[in-house]
Amino acid sequence: MHDLAPLTPLGAPAPHCDDIGPLRIAETPDRALASVSARLGQEAACKTALGALIGADAPDIARYTGGTPLNSFWIGPHSWMLEAPYAGHSDLAARAKARLGDCASVTDQSDAWARFDLTGEGIARVMERLCNLDLAAMAAGTARRSVVAHIGCHVIGHDSAHATLYGPRSSAQSLHQALIMAAKSVF
Amino acid sequence: MIIDHPLLGPCDAQEFTYKGDACLIDRPEGLGDGAEAAFHDYAYLRDNPAGLHRELWFHEQGDRSWLVVTRNTLTHEIVGVELARDVARSRGRGR
Repeated sequence: MHDLAPLTPLGAPAPHCDDIGPLRIAETPDRALASVSARLGQEAACKTALGALIGADAPDIARYTGGTPLNSFWIGPHSWMLEAPYAGHSDLAARAKARLGDCASVTDQSDAWARFDLTGEGIARVMERLCNLDLAAMAAGTARRSVVAHIGCHVIGHDSAHATLYGPRSSAQSLHQALIMAAKSVF
Repeated sequence: MIIDHPLLGPCDAQEFTYKGDACLIDRPEGLGDGAEAAFHDYAYLRDNPAGLHRELWFHEQGDRSWLVVTRNTLTHEIVGVELARDVARSRGRGR
């Protein structure tokens, strides 16, 4: 067996973190992800089963629901993303599939996405330089997919001082550079 | 141009890609009588109206839903946006 050392999406052994003015941009690699899409005619059953899985109502359109420890956010009609700490949930997709059965198609999305967490003040001022979404006007707990610096990303606004971005892992450095440049232009 | 998404509200047209005439929803039966002629018309014949035009748009950089957008080709005014899924089902399509 090879002894392989894991690298974060930015290519380092440990997650990267930048503090620019009052804003912290932190790479957050320790999340397991799985997408859930209802099968034709099974939309209602899938939503119910997903709710039972996360212990709360399945997120409505453009919403994020934080559970313990399973989180979920809406990514499209009858489609959701499941999110959990990677430790203890490395088999998240298989576990979700076992619970959801034939009412949904479940796809492992861990390692497909690079996650960045923006915390602190001025998130909306940075994001308005990068993205169509108006984070200043977005309600807490909104999850939308849009373009950030020409890169398709999921944007989750937890509150005015915390936002999460999921961008494609293969574009992690481009997304990171865009975030840093925008933050430096603000602060 | 702003497209008023039925689920998400106003979205910039930058997030969408354009497919074409919404008549593409009405794909002919491939094994029926006259399928060859029907597919010729389906593939090649389009109206080119100066005025209201129903067309398919894909929210590629968004929630990945297909929309039927009714747009005035003279003014670019968008007068209606529906989920293509709902339009297809209203025409009797099961999937």
